[in-house]
Amino acid sequence: MRIVAVCGAGIGTSAILKVNAERVLERLGIDAEVSASDLEGVASAASDAQVILTSTELAPAVRRAIGRNYAEIVEVRNFLDLDELAVLLERSLG
Amino acid sequence: MTLPPLPDEAVALGAHAADWRAAVREAGRALTRAGAVRIEYAERMISVIDEFGAYVVIAPGLALAHARPGPDVLHEGLAVVTLAEPVAFGHPHNDPVRVIVGLAVANAEEHVASVAALANAFNDPEAIDRLAAAETADEVRAILGLGAGR
Repeated sequence: MRIVAVCGAGIGTSAILKVNAERVLERLGIDAEVSASDLEGVASAASDAQVILTSTELAPAVRRAIGRNYAEIVEVRNFLDLDELAVLLERSLG
Repeated sequence: MTLPPLPDEAVALGAHAADWRAAVREAGRALTRAGAVRIEYAERMISVIDEFGAYVVIAPGLALAHARPGPDVLHEGLAVVTLAEPVAFGHPHNDPVRVIVGLAVANAEEHVASVAALANAFNDPEAIDRLAAAETADEVRAILGLGAGR
């Protein structure tokens, strides 16, 4: 299972998302590898990913960037809310 | 996982900003006062938002202003700005912003460690409210679990 957290610059926000997603996955007992990427690198970073985590703001750009990749794009509102992330990840992976 | 120190110069409480650009510039000035970046870094943080949108507003009321590593980053640094009047960044869910955390990193590796530590500090759901209400740099450091670096 591979998950990619995406933000514009690949610095800061995607890393926060990655760290918090890892915490939530551990809590849920789901075995998955989470990486962080910027928008520019998402097409290759997500080539073998099942889920792409990003913000509502960036979701359309991510969709354009990945083209025909089948990964599910999950929009996260509050990057610091582990409960929201748990609900979203459980819905996608559970 | 340690955060860079947060000297007094890197904290601006109750700042007045007319709009989000002014708010981000305030964070850039704080990072500059602390010696972490040159002043041009502020404009690069603004460019990130111009280019990609207000996604840097990662939680209700909190913007994580940052840009990629570059020659204007002198060393890793963190700044905290709270606003007297909240400003809208144009985020669909998390506006208005009351607290801006400015982050500068010199390379990607140190940045992952800093951000992990920052995520830890914000695991407390009250952290943003408490930061917005903080009256001294010492309070801000206590909330984030940081030292002053001296």
